Order: sequence, then C-alpha cells, then structure tokens
Amino acid sequence: MELQSLIYLFVGVSFAVYIGIALWAKAGSTKEFYVAGGGVHPVANGMATAADWMSAASFISLAGIISFKGSDGGAYLMGWTGGYVLLAMLLAPYLRKFGKFTVPDFVGDRYYSDVARTVAVVAVIFVSFTYVAGQMRGVGIVFSRFLQVDVNTGVLIGMGIVFFYSVLGGMKGITYTQVAQYVVMIFAYMIPAIFLSLQVTDTFLPQMGIFAQTTFAFNDGVRIIPEGTYLLHALDMAVSDLGFNDYTQPGSTWNTFMLTTALMLGTAGLPHVIVRFFTVPTVKDARVSAGWALVFIAIMYTTISSVAAFSRINLIKNLQNVEYKAFVAGELSHADGTPNNGNWFKTWEKGGLIAWTDRNGDGKIQYGTAKAFDGAKGKPKFDGTKTAEDGHRLALNGKPAAGESELAKGNGIANELYVDRDIMVLANPEIANLPNWVIAFIAAGGLAAALSTAAGLLLVIASSISHDLMGQVIYKDKETGKTTLNEKSELMYARLAAVAAICVAGYLGINPPGFVAQVVALAFGIAAAAFFPTIILGVFDKRMNKEGAIAGIIVGLTVTVGYAIYFIWGGGVPADYFMGIAPASFGTIGTILHLIVAFVVSRMTPEPPQHIQDLVENIRIPSGVGEAHDH
Amino acid sequence: MSPEKAQAYWKENISMIIKLLVIWFVVSYGCGILFINELNNVEISGVKLGFWFAQQGAIYVFVALIFVYVKVMTGIDEKYGVHE
Repeated sequence: MELQSLIYLFVGVSFAVYIGIALWAKAGSTKEFYVAGGGVHPVANGMATAADWMSAASFISLAGIISFKGSDGGAYLMGWTGGYVLLAMLLAPYLRKFGKFTVPDFVGDRYYSDVARTVAVVAVIFVSFTYVAGQMRGVGIVFSRFLQVDVNTGVLIGMGIVFFYSVLGGMKGITYTQVAQYVVMIFAYMIPAIFLSLQVTDTFLPQMGIFAQTTFAFNDGVRIIPEGTYLLHALDMAVSDLGFNDYTQPGSTWNTFMLTTALMLGTAGLPHVIVRFFTVPTVKDARVSAGWALVFIAIMYTTISSVAAFSRINLIKNLQNVEYKAFVAGELSHADGTPNNGNWFKTWEKGGLIAWTDRNGDGKIQYGTAKAFDGAKGKPKFDGTKTAEDGHRLALNGKPAAGESELAKGNGIANELYVDRDIMVLANPEIANLPNWVIAFIAAGGLAAALSTAAGLLLVIASSISHDLMGQVIYKDKETGKTTLNEKSELMYARLAAVAAICVAGYLGINPPGFVAQVVALAFGIAAAAFFPTIILGVFDKRMNKEGAIAGIIVGLTVTVGYAIYFIWGGGVPADYFMGIAPASFGTIGTILHLIVAFVVSRMTPEPPQHIQDLVENIRIPSGVGEAHDH
Repeated sequence: MSPEKAQAYWKENISMIIKLLVIWFVVSYGCGILFINELNNVEISGVKLGFWFAQQGAIYVFVALIFVYVKVMTGIDEKYGVHE
C-alpha cells in the first residue's frame, strides 16, 4: 500500500479506538470525572501515567537532543526517570491516603488556608497551560508532516479528538484512552528502534545494540572506520575526526548535576502526574503503580540512548561527502550495495528541518562542527521556495567558504549542513530505508504521545477550576467551610472548564508563543519550586504550618520565575548566570530556597492546629484509606 | 494504633526511604555524574561504564528500587497491622 494511505489507515484506526473508549467510559459523577472513580488497576494506571508523562517532546525530540549532546544527554534520561523514585517514596502513597481529588486540595487542607489553595490553583493552571501549548503544537506538527494538512487544521482535528474523550469521559475516559495510546506509542517507538539496531549492529534489543559492533565500514570523510568496530568506538572516532568532542565524553559536571536535579524534582512535582495516583484503590496500589509507570517509561527511555547513537552514525554514514544531485535522485548506494536514497532529504528540506549550502562548491554535502548558516542557532533563512543550482533549497544566510582554521579543526571537513534534532526520530525510518508501515506507525505514535499528554493536562486545568476554585473557594460556605456546589453543577462546571481549556490550548497551538521550549522548561522549574517542597513538608514535617508553607511557595515561585524572566525576556546574558546555572536548571535553587524559608518561618510562628497534626499522622499510615472522596 | 507504635512505624518507613535514596543517589548522581570520568576508565564491549550508568544503568536501578520499596513496605505494614 502507498505510504500516504497507510498513514491515514494507522492514524484513523487509532483515533477510532480512542473515540470508542470515550463512548464506553462516559463519566457520570464528579468522582469519575476527577479520579476515574478511584478504581483503576495499578498496572493500567502505570501505563496511563507513562503515556501521560511521555509527551510529544519525549517521543519526537529527546533522541535527537541526546544524539547531538552525547554523554551529557544522560541528564534528561536520569532526570525524567529518577523523579519517579521520589514520587513512589515521598509523595504518591501519602497523597493517595489523603484521598481527595487534586493537588490544590492537599495544599489547601493541609495548610488550612484558602490563600495557599488559591496560589496552588494559579500555579497548577500556569504549569499546565504552558505545557499543553507545546503539546498542541506537537499535534499540529505531526499532522502537517505526515498527513499533508495545514498545521492549524491539524491542531483543530487534535482539539476535536481530545474534546471528545476528555469532556465526555473525564479522568475515566482519559485513563483508558491513555492505556491505548501507550500501546500505540511504545510500538511506534520500538519497531523502528529494533530495525535500526538490527541494521547497524545486528542486535535485536536496541538496549544491547550499543554493546555490539558495527555491521558496515563507513567513511566519515577523514578515514574509513572498519566494519566490526564497537559501536561507541566508531561514533567517538567519527565525531572526533570531524572536530566534535567525543560522544562519550562528559562536559560540565556542575551543569549536568543541576539540570538532572531540576528535572527530577520537577517530574515529582508535576500536577498532571501526581493526580494519576489518586485514581488507584489503595495506598499500596499507589506505590506499585509508580513502579509500573517507571517500567513502562523505562522501556522507551532505555532505548533512547541507543536510537540516539544509531542515528548519529547513520547521519554521518549516509551524508558525508555524497553528491547532492545524485543523492536526491536516488542514484547512490553504500559500499555494500544497499541503496542510499536521498528522497527523505528532499522531503524534510521542504519542511525546513534540514538544509545544505555548498560552501566549497564541490557539489557534495559535508557534515562537521561549525554552523553552516549565520543567525540564531545556525538556522537557515530560505529564499521562499527558490532552489539553488544543484536543486536544493536556496538559503540566504549560508556562510562563505571555510578558512584554514575551520578546515584544520575538522581535518579538512567544514560543515555545510543544518540538521534539526527532531529529524532524528521522525526521519529515521526513511533514512534507514524501513518499510512504509513503520513510517505510518511513527505518525500514529507521535500523535498518541501528544494527545495523551494534552488530555491529562487539560483535565488537571479543568478540575482545578471547577473543583478547587469554584467548589472550594468561590462556592464555599463561610460558616461550615463546606462547598455549596452540588454534584451535578460541579460536574457541569468541570465540563465547561474542560471546553474552555481546550479552546485556550488550541489557540496557543495555532498561535504559539515564540518561546515554547523555554516556557516548558519554566513549567518544570515551577513544579519543582512550588509543589515538590510543599507536599514533602506537608507529609514529613508535622510542625510545618501555613505561614511557613505560604512563605516557601512565594519565595520558590518568585525566585524561579524571576530568574527565568530576567534571562529569557529581560535581556540577561548567559555570562551573568548565577553560579553558571541556566534558567532551565534554576528550579533546583528555587526548591532549596523554598525548603529553607519554609522551615525558618514555620519555626518562628505558631504550630499548626491539632486537627491538622492529626491529619498528618493519619496520612502517614496506609490503613483506613477511603475511596477518593468528596467533601 | 498507639502513638508509640505509629511513631515506630514511621521511623522504619523513614529509615527504609533513606537507605533506598542513598542507592538512588549513588547510581545516578554518583555513577552517572560525579564519578563518571573515573568509571569511564572501565569499558565493556566498547561501552564506558559511567556513560552506561548515565544513559541506561541508572534507570534499571530506579525501577528495581521502587519494587524493593513496595515489597519491604508491604512487610512493614503487615508487621504493624496497618495494611489495607
């Protein structure tokens, strides 16, 4: 079957499954809407958490980031998985025992304060919206690249699908669609990875592929690296020939340390991940469920480093010193006779994800270290759809021929390429000449990754508005402290809030703020600096009171957000970074300050009332857990 | 449950968490970041050990840690009669 029809088929079938599940799992009560009735099996919840957690960025970009960063990319792999250990031991079981619906619920009740609750709601909404903007954009991008529709149309289709199952089914609908999405996503990731591993190293398991030897000799442009070289040796040789640092050589210990910490703490503090643990029946289930979530995440995350290494080698092997015209015309083949068809280069060149400028005028592509194009991040500026004489897209900012020093650094090779990191996953199957159905699967997988995360985030936004803000703050009876909102109207508000959230997310997807990547990093920083310490202290420090908690949240938020604003929008330059810490890693400092301030302030102010201390005693012990209950 | 018993239960929980988090720290921050260069001197089939910990090994240990925690805590819960 032709590629395009296969893509329609795979994406169409997966969407039909999601909609079918939504119809089956319609939510009838607020409890079903917020926490899927509290009866989700821990393994199913683990799978749903994995899908919830692994976003379009994990699926599409992470292997590419690591492919170009090499050893230091480990910060992302360790950071985004190590957070689950913290979740399993320090947060999930106690929050499950606490047994309400949302993170602001915990903050508001534990710190007996509507101010704390409202601050938490605002932080939840901010974190979730920034995150969801990136996801909707991801949906649009996958649609436009694979389904040949406009990005905006893609966003609208995505909104429609998410609308259907999150508004109708609430948490219940989302949970079971996420299980299906996880399955689609993991197959879509693993199948090409296994193909690549077999091709590059003749090893079935990609995780073991990095221990194997290459199945081919290739010319990195400087020398021929023989067949049978250990994979990472081959990669180190090739990149160092071209003037890069060795792939396996770590960079700054301090930066990696700070980034890993920020990602770990942020992971453990993200509201859309935390609420998933409210959906299982018991405290023990919450612990086990975190373990299963990490198993399902680890299947993909332990594959990523191999995919990164394979694709970097493939990039060099397939592109170094090939003649552009013959390459894209499909006339070239490798030394062993397998075709080296540059069709994919043409496709992704159209989308601006890869570009070539013939700096030395030899008609051949060279890949090396320096930027081939002037301007921000070395991105090409294309002259509309005009092409240059060899038929490649004409960029206006290609650099002139390299000087002596650049050539000397790359042993005679000066870079002429721009490669977007996203290409490493999206174009991998085409680069490796894999069958069409594998490519179709990747399209469905990318969409599953983006949709599952978007839905989880939208639900968190909706429940923060309807449950926490409407139910617990606005419609609160001053005398009894109970909500005056009845079940039916709260459910209606929840659905309305979900609709509103989807519209805002769609708008952000169609008109993305130009700084999505930085904002997403900021979302992690806020999750780390605002939620992680508040919850930990609420459980592990019985003496923590509302004064300490509020002071801590305010300091943590101000420091983290302020630092980011100054360095992203306020004209701060990297040379001024505090102790060399990038804004993306600054959540670590925010968290530490939060802990210190909260501790000091709480010891200078009265201890929390007795019923709160009893509440803390109670959540520390698993027995007597109710189902996640209403107020 | 008496306050003393509750306190003893909590103490055992905390000491378990501390032990496991020490391992968590050693495999990720220790092997994958702080001592990565030293471990990189050891190489198995072309893969440097520190590099492996940072990109794969730490993750396997994380998974194991959570399941060990679940198992041990289930035992402690039963010992104190606070299981569900």
